[in-house]
Amino acid sequence: MLPDHEIGAALDQVFRQSRPRLLAFLAARAGGDLTAAEDALSDAFAAALDQWSHSGIPRQPEAWLISVAKRRLIDAQRRGATRLAAMDRLSQALEAASAVVDAPGEIPDERLKLFFVCAHPAIDPAVRAPLILQTILGLEAQQIAGLFLLTPAAMSQRLVRAKTKIRVAAIPFAVPPKEELAGRLDAVLDALYAAFTLSVDQGASSLAQEVTWLTQILVHLLPHEPETLGLLALMLFVTSRAPARRSPDGRFISLPDQDPRLWDDALASSAEALLFRAARGKQPGRYQLEAAIQAVHAARRRTGRIEWDAICALYAQLTALTASVGARVAWALALLEAGHHASSERLLRSLDAALLRDHQPYWAACARIQEALGQSSEALAAYRRAASLAVDPATKQWLEDRARRLEKEVP
Amino acid sequence: MQYMLLFTETEADFAKREDPAEAPAYWAAWNAYCKLAGESGAMVSGAALQPASTATTVRIRDGKQTVHDGPFAESKELAAGFFILDLPDLDAAIEWAAKCPAAASSSVEIRPVLPKG
Repeated sequence: MLPDHEIGAALDQVFRQSRPRLLAFLAARAGGDLTAAEDALSDAFAAALDQWSHSGIPRQPEAWLISVAKRRLIDAQRRGATRLAAMDRLSQALEAASAVVDAPGEIPDERLKLFFVCAHPAIDPAVRAPLILQTILGLEAQQIAGLFLLTPAAMSQRLVRAKTKIRVAAIPFAVPPKEELAGRLDAVLDALYAAFTLSVDQGASSLAQEVTWLTQILVHLLPHEPETLGLLALMLFVTSRAPARRSPDGRFISLPDQDPRLWDDALASSAEALLFRAARGKQPGRYQLEAAIQAVHAARRRTGRIEWDAICALYAQLTALTASVGARVAWALALLEAGHHASSERLLRSLDAALLRDHQPYWAACARIQEALGQSSEALAAYRRAASLAVDPATKQWLEDRARRLEKEVP
Repeated sequence: MQYMLLFTETEADFAKREDPAEAPAYWAAWNAYCKLAGESGAMVSGAALQPASTATTVRIRDGKQTVHDGPFAESKELAAGFFILDLPDLDAAIEWAAKCPAAASSSVEIRPVLPKG
């Protein structure tokens, strides 16, 4: 008999490494019923914890888990407890599955299909990232809810609704055909990036790591898609700066003020290599450009200076490509840093303020630009507005400090 | 797997049916689409509807029946017809919806048909 903690550690390892693959395999064969596949897989993990402590870890843990999960699916079907609509199709599919499982060797890798199901255009864009975190990473609705500023009940409800739609409307478990791949992939990348930025903004670094890992899986599955490489490069650049983002007493340090010696050089170098690989595809896209902007910042660790004009040129390309207001706000800031005050102000004024009422980076950018232009009272109001909208306590503190400093100058 | 494609049209679309200048192109587009669907082997059933100006809506509230002239909801997009198609999955249904003439001017709603229990 093996001690429980050894079994636990082995299972954690299998859970982390294999869950996406096992779930994709089961769900594709369970008539698209993600909930039934998740339940069966949870049961199989519970059974493993119980049995492996007596009989040891099987030689092929994944095959063991799949065959138990498959039996659970069939049992659930017999009990009539499952809500599967297409029973005949399920039985046939499970027979096909057991033929694969009973044969020795690899379980086919269908994780890519799972990404495309979760980010299908017929799924509400707001629920795509949560759906990926739940189904592919196996996170609980409760863990995901906080990230998206929803109550666990509301998050559960959205996830259940999305999974029901996948099953009832028969969203296919399929990789889109070549001509549609790029467009469909954008939705997957957007969902991953949303989950990543929310994790970083809220200081949830382990979650940000998990999302990066998912993006690595995607790069592994689609090694030649430049935008996927670009997104991974972007994530690694951002992660490489994590040690420099806070002062020892927890205060926020803005990017140009960070000490580049604190950046993780190995991560930044990996990001540079990825971006270089992406550029060879000669298909520029949003994430490659965002990563290129980060690469210019990262170059400061070697050159000691920030090439603001290069950053402005990249933002010009980026904003020509996307409607993102966030990119325009960042461009305005870069123009200011590059010394183009008039263009910076003009760009900022061209944005629809009504649409950006609750957009914290917009107000922070307004404040910085107005401060630089000597419009102190407008800047003060903008700092206060930005501080009231900031979620991260360190950012909020930083904005309040700037506001306080400015208060002394405003008559 | 059966899907209903519910086609909607705007008032302007409906008007094309009677407009001598527009009617030939309007009907040609619909006829081509219906022919394509008919020949695909996916068609279960379908029908085109008379304009919303001919609609009558019935409700029973507190046991009392009311009947009024017009469609059930105020909308710029009005029910114009439907297909029931037998297709492998939602992507196939989206492809059919995108080919429909109504998709360019109004919209097409796709609904899976409730299986007969």
